[in-house]
Amino acid sequence: MWQVPLGFLQRPAMEKWSLMTVTVLLALTVRWTVSLSSYSGAGKPPMYGDYEAQRHWQEVTYNLPIRQWYFNTSDNNLLYWGLDYPPLTAYHSFLCAYIAKLINPDWIALHASRGYESQPHKLFMRTTVFVADLLIYIPAVILYCCSLKETSTKKQVSSALCILLYPGLILIDHGHFQYNSVSLGFALWGVLCLSYDWDLLGSVAFCLALNYKQMELYHSLPFFCYLLGKCFKKGLKGKGLALLTKIAGTVVVSFAACWLPFCTDVEQMMQVLRRLFPIDRGLFEDKVANIWCSLSVLIKIKNIVSPQTQLKLSFAVTFLSLLPTCIKLTVQPSLRGFKLALVSCALSFFLFSFQVHEKSILLVSVPVCLILNEIPFMATWFLLVSTFSMLPLLLKDGLMLAYTVTTLAFLLACVASFSIFEKTSAEDLQLKPFSLFLKRYVSWFKSFPRIVRSLFLLSVTLMGVLSLMSATVRPPQRLPDLFPVSVSSISCLHFLFFLVYFNIIILWDSKNSRSQKKVS
Amino acid sequence: MWCSVEPGAALPTPPCPPEHRHYLPRASPHAPLRRMRGGAGRARNGGGSVMAASGRSWFGALALGVSFLKCLLIPTYHSTDFEVHRNWLAITHNLPLSQWYYEATSEWTLDYPPFFAWFEYALSHIAKYFDPEMLVIENLNYSSHATIFFQRFSVIFTDILFIYAVRECCQYVNGKRAAKDILEKPTFILAVLLLWNFGLLIVDHIHFQYNGFLFGLMLLSVARLCQKRYLEGALLFAILLHFKHIYVYVAPAYGIYLLRSYCFTANNADGSLKWRSFSFLHVTLLALIVCLVSALSLGPFIVLGQLPQVISRLFPFKRGLCHAYWAPNFWALYNAVDKALTVVGLKYNLLDPTKIPKASMTGGLVQEFQHTVLPSVTPLATLICTFISILPSVFCLWFKPQGPRGFLRCLVLCALSSFMFGWHVHEKAILLAILPLSLLSVQRAKDAGIYLILTTTGHFSLFPLLFTAPELPIKILLMLLFTVYSFSSLKSLFRRERPLLNWLEIIYLVQLVPLEIFCEIVFPLTSWKLQFPFVPLLLTSVYCALGVTYAWLKLYVCVLTEHVFVRQKAE
Repeated sequence: MWQVPLGFLQRPAMEKWSLMTVTVLLALTVRWTVSLSSYSGAGKPPMYGDYEAQRHWQEVTYNLPIRQWYFNTSDNNLLYWGLDYPPLTAYHSFLCAYIAKLINPDWIALHASRGYESQPHKLFMRTTVFVADLLIYIPAVILYCCSLKETSTKKQVSSALCILLYPGLILIDHGHFQYNSVSLGFALWGVLCLSYDWDLLGSVAFCLALNYKQMELYHSLPFFCYLLGKCFKKGLKGKGLALLTKIAGTVVVSFAACWLPFCTDVEQMMQVLRRLFPIDRGLFEDKVANIWCSLSVLIKIKNIVSPQTQLKLSFAVTFLSLLPTCIKLTVQPSLRGFKLALVSCALSFFLFSFQVHEKSILLVSVPVCLILNEIPFMATWFLLVSTFSMLPLLLKDGLMLAYTVTTLAFLLACVASFSIFEKTSAEDLQLKPFSLFLKRYVSWFKSFPRIVRSLFLLSVTLMGVLSLMSATVRPPQRLPDLFPVSVSSISCLHFLFFLVYFNIIILWDSKNSRSQKKVS
Repeated sequence: MWCSVEPGAALPTPPCPPEHRHYLPRASPHAPLRRMRGGAGRARNGGGSVMAASGRSWFGALALGVSFLKCLLIPTYHSTDFEVHRNWLAITHNLPLSQWYYEATSEWTLDYPPFFAWFEYALSHIAKYFDPEMLVIENLNYSSHATIFFQRFSVIFTDILFIYAVRECCQYVNGKRAAKDILEKPTFILAVLLLWNFGLLIVDHIHFQYNGFLFGLMLLSVARLCQKRYLEGALLFAILLHFKHIYVYVAPAYGIYLLRSYCFTANNADGSLKWRSFSFLHVTLLALIVCLVSALSLGPFIVLGQLPQVISRLFPFKRGLCHAYWAPNFWALYNAVDKALTVVGLKYNLLDPTKIPKASMTGGLVQEFQHTVLPSVTPLATLICTFISILPSVFCLWFKPQGPRGFLRCLVLCALSSFMFGWHVHEKAILLAILPLSLLSVQRAKDAGIYLILTTTGHFSLFPLLFTAPELPIKILLMLLFTVYSFSSLKSLFRRERPLLNWLEIIYLVQLVPLEIFCEIVFPLTSWKLQFPFVPLLLTSVYCALGVTYAWLKLYVCVLTEHVFVRQKAE
């Protein structure tokens, strides 16, 4: 008799294992098929694109001594894709170069290999991204989804599927060509460790992320505030102080380990830092969906204000927009608040900070993926917009087919696994406390779900039409940048809306409201 | 009424009244089409309707999902079959009917039956809006971006027929095992096994062929026969035969089943045939259908007096016993034994080295291949072998009728037997057995075990079709995806019964992994690569031949030893 329930208990574990395997295999298949398409700067001399940049770094790191990696020398022209990422990226390039050397030394021959392109080399480069993704990002996602509490196996698997199918990251890493999955994967490992209360390991993981790409600074404040808040909660005199010291020590040690070869000389470190934070590059580049670029349609800030003032202005605005979230997180550190703060801080940085790339939106998207199972509707919407905001870049790389297909597939996966259209009530969007607060002043909240749904449909239609037009219609001669500018401005409007939304959720999420919920 | 309930659950097949069944197809035909329009189309349905449809929407999601995957496969490698079909587009577009089967500018002459030529003719009228250059006969090996897009999308879009057929088949599969969890419903598993079939994906969407809609026609005719709509089923199959004549291998199953179940309208109490119930009307109707379809297809060529030419194009017996890469069938084993005997004979001086023909067997160019020790095989011999091997299954269908399931088993056996003994069999032909067997696998644990062996080895034997480096990860990932899913889903479906595979079978299947590692990774690094380039192909095909033969024998034993009364009890 008792065997029946036992078998019933054992079964889900087996199921989960195989379902997760299928999910990962599907995600890998999509990644590899996307990687068959073109990459950034394919066959476009003299500068090529990010693909050539990565190959060039392999060339530089393999052939030059470490002291010269970040310096302009006769063998290392920094104007031609000089290294401008932290040491871990350089080490990674060095490792890849080592393998490349074994296969074909021509790929990384100093000077001679500049602009090298061939089918086998493309295959090699794609494989390096694939392996990095498989080793760092995907396990983090799977473990994160398995750690989700109070959710069924099916929900865990479908969250994993949706997160792994997020088109933005796939298209940039496996299409355009970059290694974002490494730094984002390390950051995810950090979040994962913190959610298990392994604060020290989490800090190490985040330090690795930070030392792979300096853009991870977008996530640093939530990490800092969360850990600080945790220490405060434990009492600053006893356990809290000990924890704080331990964390600080860990951070210092892991940074030192990463920077060890550069610690010999102050000039070395300064040069690396100068390469990492190129202040003279201007407020923004290309068409970014942030506030400065969108405002430049109306006011040319770049021309009116001096670069120094631009820097100060962007710093001030970013700081102000970050402040509420950070204070809230420090005062009331919670895991949920931490995830939301990651989203909102990264979004503030993306919208207001200095020298932002369109690809930096991935730093917002990955934390949004983490709340996909909590607020599926808004998360899906945001992830769609974030992919859309990179459209001009993807179009330039010849990734239109991959963009269309993966985006539709992602939408399908989200609709099928979360039925997002049924989750548009104020409660599902976590706006209950806020609407209770507002009820004193306005009373149109009954039709709220319908309004939200129609807004979503409107936005998706708009994005679809604009994508189609960007790909097919030739812009009028007087406005050659018509489509990229409209894509970035529309995305920027969306992002502002999302910033407000996430800030509302964070600020109105009080312990009272949750305990109220429990009581009712 | 059935809209609100699960389609599978609403249809316990045997007791279902016939008029009930007729509602199904009428209500469903447009569903897959509607969903093909993409995410936005689904989104517009809004919340309420999605909720109502959530019971059935999984099918749309599966179909749409696999269609997206197919789109992602567009930039992959395509074989010479791509050029074959481009050439046929050009031939049918430019030349009058009378020259279709005579044109020989390209070496890839038209060798499919007329309906397929007409199909290419229809496609060519859309193709001219994509790139008119692809319709020039002299443009050999022309593959512009527009051509690739057009041809690839034509396969993806004609697959809609396959999706529809799968939907029909899923409704047939009985839903007695209604599980609460959608992932454990037989209908769901069947839909995945068919729609996401690894072989079909790589053969159609990477290698390039139009098997999808052809198998769609076949599955649809099977579904119609299972729904007892015999005339429709016969019509569909007759049309299918005139699209691609390889399906003639399974024609005996169709013929006997129609004769037994449709032409004779009643059985005796003990299940044997009631000779008096013969219906002359039904035979006439069937004959009329077959003749009409054949007349429509071959008629013009008969009028033109070109029938012999068409036939000679359709059945090229000048090709060798085995394809360049041996399909994993009986002849692969036969060749291997011959080769082994030759080597042994030479070593012990039993054979005269001067008399041995010098030809590398899997070199690719060799069309006719002489056996050294064993007698050489003629086309007639293969024909007789095929006939003999099909015979028992057909007898079984006649004397031990078991309804649609018996028919399906006979169909699979016919396909497998002809695969085992046929002349110049392609490895792709294994799909002819795998797809119908999927229908059986979700109903019986025994069939599921056979299915797992057959699909795994059959699909593995397709690996050499894709030999380019960029496609290596794709084929391995997709194969793993399909294999992991089929094993785990069928295992969970039949978890109350005994294990699907015994340990010997498991060992055999697991050894495919080292075999693949050896063939694709280790062997190219060794010095044998230049000396014996055919060794990986030989190993793959012989090893898979063992599995396919085993599955064939096991299925045969299963069919022959099953007693009729089992089924009567079930009913």
